Amino acid sequence: MSLRKFFASPTEPALLLAAAVFAAGAWVMPAWLAFLLTLALAKALVVLGVVIQMRAGLVSFGQALFYCIGGYGVGLASQYLGVGDAFALLALGTVAATLMALACGWLLTRYREIFYAMLTLALSMILYGVLVKSSALGSTDGFNVSPPSFLGWVPEGDARKRTLYLLTVFAAGAVALGFHRFMVSSLGRVTEAVRENEIRVEYLGLSPQRMLFANYVLAACVSGLGGGLTALASGHIDPDMAIWTTSGEFVFIAILGGTGHVVAPFIGAIVFSVLRTFAIQEAPNTWQMTLGITLLALILFLPKGLWSLVDRSKPEVSA
Amino acid sequence: MTTLLAILIDGAIYASWLFLVAAGMTIIYGVMRVLNMAHGSFYAIGAYSAASLVSWYFSGEHGGPYWSLLILPACAIVAGAIIGLAIEQGLLRFLRGSDEILMVIVTYALLLILEDATKLIWGVNPYFAYQPYKLLGQTAFGAHLRFANYDLMLIGVAIVIGLLAWAALNRTNKGRLLRAVIHDREIAIAMGVNVNAMFAATFAIGAILGALAGALTAPAISVSPGIGVEVIVLAFAVIVVGGLGSIGGAAAGAVLVGLSRSFAVHIAPEIELFVIYGVMFLVLAIRPQGLFGQTLARRI
Amino acid sequence: MSAIILETRSLTRTFGAVVAARELNVRIAQGEIVGVIGSNGAGKTTFINMVTGYLPPSSGDILFDGNSVLGRKPRDITRMGMARSFQVAQLFPKLTVMENAMVSLVAAEGTQPSFLRPLDTPQRRERANAIFEEFGVSRYRDAFVSTVPQGTRKLVDIAMALVSRPRMLLLDEPTSGVSSEEKFALMDTVMSVVRQYGVTVLFVEHDMEIVARYVTRIIAFYSGEIIADGPPRSVLGDARVQEFVIGRDLNVDSAVGESA
Repeated sequence: MSLRKFFASPTEPALLLAAAVFAAGAWVMPAWLAFLLTLALAKALVVLGVVIQMRAGLVSFGQALFYCIGGYGVGLASQYLGVGDAFALLALGTVAATLMALACGWLLTRYREIFYAMLTLALSMILYGVLVKSSALGSTDGFNVSPPSFLGWVPEGDARKRTLYLLTVFAAGAVALGFHRFMVSSLGRVTEAVRENEIRVEYLGLSPQRMLFANYVLAACVSGLGGGLTALASGHIDPDMAIWTTSGEFVFIAILGGTGHVVAPFIGAIVFSVLRTFAIQEAPNTWQMTLGITLLALILFLPKGLWSLVDRSKPEVSA
Repeated sequence: MTTLLAILIDGAIYASWLFLVAAGMTIIYGVMRVLNMAHGSFYAIGAYSAASLVSWYFSGEHGGPYWSLLILPACAIVAGAIIGLAIEQGLLRFLRGSDEILMVIVTYALLLILEDATKLIWGVNPYFAYQPYKLLGQTAFGAHLRFANYDLMLIGVAIVIGLLAWAALNRTNKGRLLRAVIHDREIAIAMGVNVNAMFAATFAIGAILGALAGALTAPAISVSPGIGVEVIVLAFAVIVVGGLGSIGGAAAGAVLVGLSRSFAVHIAPEIELFVIYGVMFLVLAIRPQGLFGQTLARRI
Repeated sequence: MSAIILETRSLTRTFGAVVAARELNVRIAQGEIVGVIGSNGAGKTTFINMVTGYLPPSSGDILFDGNSVLGRKPRDITRMGMARSFQVAQLFPKLTVMENAMVSLVAAEGTQPSFLRPLDTPQRRERANAIFEEFGVSRYRDAFVSTVPQGTRKLVDIAMALVSRPRMLLLDEPTSGVSSEEKFALMDTVMSVVRQYGVTVLFVEHDMEIVARYVTRIIAFYSGEIIADGPPRSVLGDARVQEFVIGRDLNVDSAVGESA
């Protein structure tokens, strides 16, 4: 099989190269940078969940639901089921998020526009409320996640940060590749068609709701993975993972990056994380205001996100 | 029996509060097709201004205590009008006709901005303005039930506001124009209705109502950051159950949600949240446009 | 005597006090080309919306190939072999004409769209190109639908409906919004493709010259009822049809002369 046939488009080897470069930096960059990037890339995965739904024409104001379930899945499995292996934990967290999506998705995908947005928000706030009231789960404090093992090996200190970073880069690379394929796949394109004209899709013989449901579950899966990685990397989970402001950040980054290219959420998340670290240090009480003003500016002047600045040559094309 | 009475009265009080919070949001959506996430901010700003002004009033010898009750709506009207007009004329005016979901994101951005703005103006420490609340005393219902008269007054205020709104919409000319715009904006414009003035006024009124809900609630709670956000999803649940854009719907939704929640709180407190949103999902499943909502016109 | 492909029995639809369709009884045989006329609001599109499953009737029955399709969704009815086009072309504006066609092809394939296999395959491209050739829209192949002229949009709309090789095609005002010079060209194209595949056609149309030229039968609607149903000459010459639908100025002989 020639390399040409293996890759669906020139973007794919570029993605792999980028992932390789990021991975190579694992033992070269300072540990704090690896940690920052780990959290940023994990966040990007959650944002990708928002982007997946946006491409379907729906805005999720409650993606933090799956981010939180992914995180708590990891935390609870580690704490109460005695699972120590990082891969197993991530699998459990992701599966938990996916199961929730399978349970709620069919009901939720009956709705559109503002209803969808507010109902997703409602679901995430229900989880938040439940977690906050649950003293067994640590209430507002949450609880810590013990350091995981990697197929038997338990790295310490900086090595652990770097190993988690490597794991996250691997996960992000694989997901990016998968998403890239998905964007141009039959389901990916038909999903865009549903966004453009749902009635026509129905009349062509397909079920728009089924397409939206598939996207919803896929988005939940990816966001759950992001939540699980965050839990492992930060070593802590708490109900704020489900709060509305967390969901808002994901929506913000999605709009910041735009939905046009697979790397947009990743770049957006990294830029966002850097800015946030800086802002929280310098001006913690105006961070939300800065977000709000930037969001307004984006909507008014750059509705297709920062990526549209790069991509001015092509009209509305997905990679 | 006492439990039943407690549920009913508690439910009525909570429903009144819900109605006051939701009324402004449903009017704004009905007329402007804007689901205003920043409505929570109006609520918060109303609460903060009322709380800080009442605290100031009682910190010195400014007059008889009962005047504090008038400060509450006064604050709301002033604060609501200023902020409502500023937002509508300064930003929303330029985005008329935009996609509804875009307006949710825009108003969400406003919410973020206003959340920090209130923190900057009033700080992060909680405000307490219990005096008006205690002022009115309590009423006993039987041997075991006591309710603060302030809370019972809320029921009266909600009914008055509801009736005023109904009268304004159905008995005045301006109200009829408003209903026309709610029903079909394009035709209303084509008929020469001054939609611009209407939108500005509507948004201001919605803001005032939101601020009023906050101001009236302030004496009963500790006013702190985040109170605005908690009410948004609740308000949405109420207006969706009642039918977006309908004041009668907001009342019906408030009663339904209020009584259900009261029932849950007294019988099984853990499921309080589930009951509220459960009612919303149930109504949406059976009647997607809400109890009093309009069905949409055909698209093809 | 051909088999009856579409039948409605006492099909009725009310919206509150408005009777949009009253006791409609229609039987369309395989192979017929039927024109549906009536002034705006007469119930023609309501009829199509009900028959294709988009609008549930208030009462009555709809049979496709002898089987009741009452309560079925549009996607099921399309899969059974009845497709339609729309008064306002229903396309995917931000996708290219080629992508629009390929989405239709994927839908017509019958299986669920794949998560990973691409939409754009050589086989689908080939089929799409063939369709564009048939409809004469090849030059717009890679253009975004939102940039394409109205006539082309209507053609693409109809082409997408024909992709699944339906046995019956309902066209809702195929030439509306198209300039008078282009109307005949558009209908010539559509009808030649339709004849090639032996599709039964029912189309709603306001232009009597178009109707008369292509159909073997006309159904006339007025105020939710069918006031005439039969060969063009007799329907167009019917006094009630002339009063309520077409006016008395139409020269029936010269109009019908084209098709008879």
